[in-house]
Amino acid sequence: MGDASATEPEQGEPGDSVIATRGLTKRYRGGQLAVDGLDLTVPAGSVFGFLGPNGSGKTTTIRMLMGLIEPTSGTARVLGRPMPRASRAVLPHVGALIEGPALYGFLSGRDNLLRYDAADPTADPRTRRTRVASALERVGLTAAGGKKAKAYSLGMKQRLGLAGALLQPRRLLVLDEPTNGLDPQGMREIRSLVRELASDGTTVFLSSHLLDEIEQVCTHAAVMAQGRLITQGAVADLSAGVRGRLVVTTPDTGDAARVLKEQGAADVVVAEDRVTAEPPERDLAEVNAALVTAGVRVRGFGVERASLEDAFVALTGEGFDVAG
Amino acid sequence: MSQAEAATDAVTTGPAAGAVRAPRLLWTFGLLRSELLTTFRRWRTLALLGVLAAVPILVGIAVKIETSDGSSVGGGGPDGGGGPAFISQITNNGLFLVFTALAATLPFFLPMAIGVVAGDAVAGEANAGTLRYLLVAPAGRTRLLLTKYAIVLAFCLVATLTVAVSALTVGAVLFPLGDLTTISGTQISFADGLGRALLIALVVAASLVGIAALGLFVSTLTGSGIAAMATTVGLLITVQILDQIPQLHAIQPYFFSHYWLSFADLMREPVYWDDLVKNLGLQGLYAVVFGSAAWARFTAKDITA
Ligand SMILES: Nc1ncnc2c1ncn2[C@@H]1O[C@H](COP(=O)(O)OP(=O)(O)OP(=O)(O)O)[C@@H](O)[C@H]1O
Ligand SMILES: [Mg+2]
Repeated sequence: MGDASATEPEQGEPGDSVIATRGLTKRYRGGQLAVDGLDLTVPAGSVFGFLGPNGSGKTTTIRMLMGLIEPTSGTARVLGRPMPRASRAVLPHVGALIEGPALYGFLSGRDNLLRYDAADPTADPRTRRTRVASALERVGLTAAGGKKAKAYSLGMKQRLGLAGALLQPRRLLVLDEPTNGLDPQGMREIRSLVRELASDGTTVFLSSHLLDEIEQVCTHAAVMAQGRLITQGAVADLSAGVRGRLVVTTPDTGDAARVLKEQGAADVVVAEDRVTAEPPERDLAEVNAALVTAGVRVRGFGVERASLEDAFVALTGEGFDVAG
Repeated sequence: MSQAEAATDAVTTGPAAGAVRAPRLLWTFGLLRSELLTTFRRWRTLALLGVLAAVPILVGIAVKIETSDGSSVGGGGPDGGGGPAFISQITNNGLFLVFTALAATLPFFLPMAIGVVAGDAVAGEANAGTLRYLLVAPAGRTRLLLTKYAIVLAFCLVATLTVAVSALTVGAVLFPLGDLTTISGTQISFADGLGRALLIALVVAASLVGIAALGLFVSTLTGSGIAAMATTVGLLITVQILDQIPQLHAIQPYFFSHYWLSFADLMREPVYWDDLVKNLGLQGLYAVVFGSAAWARFTAKDITA
């Protein structure tokens, strides 16, 4: 299914989306409904965070986008062309890291990249060595490039997998949990790498569980749960949908809680020297004045902005168990 | 068009920017070259070739020891077909070690080695997860499968030549070389004999085309390299056993191994072509049938590993 004609004309997509799926559905052999009627739109030039609990269908979606598995129903367009039919024309423009790196242990890191590059018939063999060297450099593996891949650490393998996605200038990068196994420096480097690529105009589609990471780099995000898309849009809009919480730091927590309730705050929670609540409708300056008037010694007073994590939990629920 | 874009992208990044672009048809063989390097750099491939090279050495030494008291090797060798006819002549002419070694390795060692390499070809990549990265590169499913089959066929040739060259070397070291007698009793020159040895090696390599296709097909069915290798070698043993059961003579001509030992007919004067042609035709049939099956399976398969 990956060998359709490479000559189909490129069609402009409405809204210039790099990935657009319509009713994309995958039921694995064995009956597991992994992705259910997905309508995903990834705008060109965005850094798109793809979120969801374990088993929510992120990797399955990515496999369909990359033409590795055939959708049960629905359509997927990548770079404006239908997948998996246009694989041969689309995929040279796409760098991918899917479910972690996979390497030939008996080959050196450099030889692994040379092999993956040779698999792409549109890759110029004359520039192969220089492109491999610069990809290794980009992920900080120049010194370890000659080492056998089986002797790599988890993070080094992950970096080599990333280097494989960066062998050519790409229009789209699909990264399935790219910072898995990386040290803090590695994570920071990946973040700055993603920003750098995005500023060059590459669209980055990034799945991750690390929400603050997504919040730091992504412009857009989508949230999956149990194979369904729950929401998608600009990151700022997603967390704006969840209201922040009023936080009062004080040694007099009992009094503070009582005053806050009187002032109309809901869901008041006392934890050590902090009282948090849903902020009431009225002016917060008056709430603070009321606290002071009641003799509450206020150390800190303010509204904590909702994090993406709050938004995520609000959307996907608190439950820890993986849905079957 | 996107291909042109890809090419300009690639060119502008490298130092060769502005250089004239080579035809893409040539670029597409980069995978074949990479595959060749990868296969023959694998420790397992070299070990298999090592075992194959050792067989003629063992046979040569055994014959040398057994005949060191001046007696000749008895005719009751373990091999059917041309085996025993050849083994008794080794002491007179080392070239016969080539025929003996090929007759000794063709029933099991050679096809087993092919089964291992062919069975692992696709399943091994799936097992390691490297298959998904080859496919998103994008290698193209048909191109990848053709490349894999080409490499397995190349391995058939290399494996057979390994046995032949090892046997020729051992034969030349341990025994005299010279003119030789064909099965039909006529004399041919050493040069002619050498030519026939090469021809026989090529026919033996071609005899393995069928199991190579079968192994590749099995390889597309599973995600485990070990399972594919075991299945292919298991099929080989089963067919070899079934080929010995007289009651099954009606279907035996369709077993890929049925005409294997017909290569000995190249040592007749004149050459007896009937079974040789049947063998090559049967191998071609297996290649077409199981090659198509492998293609149908692989191009429609969900790659989730
Ligand atoms: N090869 C497969 N065969 C059958 N079911 C599968 C297969 N791969 C995944 N599934 C099922 O599909 C569902 C979605 O899995 P998927 O791997 O897409 O989740 P994910 O969002 O990537 O999870 P994670 O965050 O853990 O990586 C799960 O219920 C899983 O059990
Ligand atoms: Mg996943």
